[in-house]
Amino acid sequence: MKRTPKDNVESARIIGRRALVVGTVQLGIVGALGMRLRAMQVEQADEFRLLAEENRINIRLLPPARGMVFDRNGIPIADNEQNYRVVMVREDAGDIGEVLAKLTELVEIDPDNLARAMEEMQRRSPFVPVTIADRLSWEDVARINLNTPTLPGISAEVGLSRVYPWGADLAHVVGYVGPVSDYDLSRIDDDDPLLQIPKFQIGKTGAENKLEHTLRGSAGTRRIEVNAAGRIMRELDRQEGEPGKDIQLTLDSRLQSYVQARLDGESAGAVVIDLENGDLRAVASAPAFDPNLFVRGISTTDWNALNADKYRPLAAKAVQGTYPPGSTFKMVTALAAMEAGVVAADETVYCPGFTDVFNVRFHCWKRGGHGNINLHESLKQSCDCYYYEIAQRVGIDKMAEMARKLGLGIKHDLPLSAVARGLAPDKAWKREVRDEEWRIGDTVNASIGQGYVLASPLQLAVMSARIATGREVTPRLVRLIDGVEQPSGLGQSLGINENTLRRIRASMNDVCNHRRGTAFQSRITAEDNAMAGKTGTSQVRRITAEERAAGVTKNEDLPWERRDHALFVSFAPYDKPRYALSVVVEHGGGGSRAAAPIARDIMLQALYGGPPPLEAYPSNVRDQIAEQQRRIEARVPPGSKGLGRA
Amino acid sequence: MSYLEYNTKFVPTGLRKLWYLNWPIIMLLIAVSAFGFLMLYSVAGGSPTPWMEPQMKRFAMGLVLMIFVAMVPIWFWRNMAFLAFGGSIVLLLAVEFFGEVNMGAQRWINLGFMRLQPSELTKITLVMFLAAYYDWLPNKKVSHPFWVILPVLFILAPVAMVLSQPDLGTALLLLMGGATVMFMAGVHWAYFATVIGGGVGAIVAVFQSRGTPWQLLKDYQYRRIDTFLDPSNDPLGAGYHITQAKIALGSGGWTGRGFMQGTQSRLNFLPEKHTDFIFTTLAEEFGFVGAFTLLVLYLLIVTFCVFTAITNRDRFASLLTLGIAMTFFLFFAVNMAMVTGLAPVVGVPLPLVSYGGSAMLVLLVAFGLVQSAHVHKPR
Repeated sequence: MKRTPKDNVESARIIGRRALVVGTVQLGIVGALGMRLRAMQVEQADEFRLLAEENRINIRLLPPARGMVFDRNGIPIADNEQNYRVVMVREDAGDIGEVLAKLTELVEIDPDNLARAMEEMQRRSPFVPVTIADRLSWEDVARINLNTPTLPGISAEVGLSRVYPWGADLAHVVGYVGPVSDYDLSRIDDDDPLLQIPKFQIGKTGAENKLEHTLRGSAGTRRIEVNAAGRIMRELDRQEGEPGKDIQLTLDSRLQSYVQARLDGESAGAVVIDLENGDLRAVASAPAFDPNLFVRGISTTDWNALNADKYRPLAAKAVQGTYPPGSTFKMVTALAAMEAGVVAADETVYCPGFTDVFNVRFHCWKRGGHGNINLHESLKQSCDCYYYEIAQRVGIDKMAEMARKLGLGIKHDLPLSAVARGLAPDKAWKREVRDEEWRIGDTVNASIGQGYVLASPLQLAVMSARIATGREVTPRLVRLIDGVEQPSGLGQSLGINENTLRRIRASMNDVCNHRRGTAFQSRITAEDNAMAGKTGTSQVRRITAEERAAGVTKNEDLPWERRDHALFVSFAPYDKPRYALSVVVEHGGGGSRAAAPIARDIMLQALYGGPPPLEAYPSNVRDQIAEQQRRIEARVPPGSKGLGRA
Repeated sequence: MSYLEYNTKFVPTGLRKLWYLNWPIIMLLIAVSAFGFLMLYSVAGGSPTPWMEPQMKRFAMGLVLMIFVAMVPIWFWRNMAFLAFGGSIVLLLAVEFFGEVNMGAQRWINLGFMRLQPSELTKITLVMFLAAYYDWLPNKKVSHPFWVILPVLFILAPVAMVLSQPDLGTALLLLMGGATVMFMAGVHWAYFATVIGGGVGAIVAVFQSRGTPWQLLKDYQYRRIDTFLDPSNDPLGAGYHITQAKIALGSGGWTGRGFMQGTQSRLNFLPEKHTDFIFTTLAEEFGFVGAFTLLVLYLLIVTFCVFTAITNRDRFASLLTLGIAMTFFLFFAVNMAMVTGLAPVVGVPLPLVSYGGSAMLVLLVAFGLVQSAHVHKPR
């Protein structure tokens, strides 16, 4: 169509005007874009920069090496060993099936683990290393390394894992570590990032648990740059963590191992205290379990077996088991009465074989009675009636006070699981807990360590130590932390009259070394190493009147659960006490027969720092002891590496 | 303007035409493309392959093609307008039936030596066609309803076809490009007011009716619209991309993190970093200074086009130049709005910078037309 010039001028004018409008709008849009860029890149730049850094930088924790635990002689009792595992990177492997088939020819791999690894590999990105097998032997690793060229994508890695060379022998003291669980996280108030590492090992029981913060160390960090798929591009920097601190315990692992061996077959606890500084030389509970099983992840079968055992291998009886102390409590009653001045040392009490308190009859263990008997003889022969009498004179509150002074009924601060408080009952306690008035019969029961009184082997050993030294001996389990000596456990004087204490010690000496003492059969015959002690037999059942009339059933005829507990406390040498110990054999029968011989063997082992000469034993038992020593010598504790048994 | 009139005024002929090319625009195009080469080199991790080298080759080819197109008198192109538009409609139809499916969309025709994207071509031919249409249409008839409906139909036809591929971004560009040409040709503003008002009304109605008994769309359609408008509703899909793009952009700061130092792109957090989202890499590595410089370069190109258009007395030439400038403007404005989170992600590349053959060639041909209009402007 032909245009006139006028038309053209008009059209150009319209276009010019409209273009101006459009241009203005465009300028506005460009302005808006510019403002937007400015807002994002200038005003919010820091915010976005932070987001970008969060995108690309991952912080990986470097778990520190856990502190080691040594015994007093520097022998490791919790160690870190190299743990070899084989990992596979899918993208490097090529044909996964072929490589795995080759690998299984070289090393034995659990099919379940293999299936799990295959599944994990399919699920995760191809560059993520997946663990195929764990805890390989050095030989396996060597074989894999030798065949590396034919195993693309496979590599052996090394990590640290906890190992307990003494196996079951120190299980209850050291405890064990295990992977941190959701339950652990819910229970402990700890924001240590290490706990967020999957399967990070933390102390679950025993010293491993209680000294966790010392042993754990602190995390190192590694800042790495990752891409969008999570692949590690490079390491930006690395800050090493602090390894856990080493700990030296006061325990003598050889002695401990001996005690465990000696307690074998019993359900028992024993504690040995060094009187120079309160060091715990042995804290044994039998039977025990192999802590190494827990580190690897215990199987259901093993776990069920441990729980089903009526001897309760998982319980640390030495510190968490509480028992009526029986006659071993008589020193407490005697000291309380003497200190209160309600009885003189040479005063005699008549024992007809029973005592009537109001209309309740309390029996002495000796049916015929001991006749007129004083303090010394009453301890030596363990007469009950004497204590029924003096306990009524002194009253329960003074007895409880003395018990606590001697370390019973109080919680000793040790880095062990479930340290028992025991019970030294008094009037206030009964009113508060039982909401009942204290009765005189309760005092009578308590006087011979029955009734409400409860004590752990640890507490009994402490009691024995305090009687032997007259000082407030405090048990000490940790000797050095990171090379720093911990305070000694040899406390101040107890403030008990030294003459009174001397009398009690002399009586305890006669318990073992006098022909009529209850533990004469378990005496030590070595000249300078005489042992002083006290037997205890505590009932776990009530003897009914009919039973008594029919003649008390012998322990051997009772089912195990209803037999008496056998106890023995002692110290040695009598002249210059060096060690105190306690032995409690659950349902072992009489203290003199079941507990005292064990205590003697342990004491000799401690005194001689190894197997004692047979001359230390009465001549009639030497053959039997020699045989026993051979047996123990040959024993290898379960789960142990057979260390330290020279 | 007629052939005779051309002869009465001075119009360069032969090789002298080269002298009369709009060199500032060419320089600006080279500058913008250079930004592209730099970024393609960077996102490839410091390597000319796989993107920078082909892109440079195509740009060189495109530049030659542009000058060739510029040499051809503008009236020839006016006469070709209808044919070109018809041809691209045919190609669009062909793509509908024989096209290659790629990334879920059917957009390409394989010509053997190259893969052609007819929708790209249509962006230019539609503008050409409309410019020719208004050149032909007497001024008085421009706002006559019949003569308004007619071009609207010509616009809607390719828009519908492109939408069905589906390619929302191109459809939008076609629609807005076409509308702008109509606007600049002088169609009465009341038409635009009506359409815009109607559109806004419809959108308001759709949103207001939500949750009421007379709700206009199904619930799932609303949810799709939600995700489209605010991708953060879908943090793992579209939301992830736009979030990462914004992080890249924002973290650039004033001067950027340095060439090839952009962590977002280098570590693959950015999606489509060599195509639609290349601007974010640029903004990350060269910061506000770099991003704003590119924006200014784009604006200068548009300004030079507008300037030559309004000084051109030839109606076709001037409408064509304005239409192409507008299409070009929409290209980069929509892309930038998209990656800065101002607009939903619709899949529009950054012109001359994003990697892609068809788009670049077509754009350079379009600028060839602009040059032709400029060269053959009666002086």
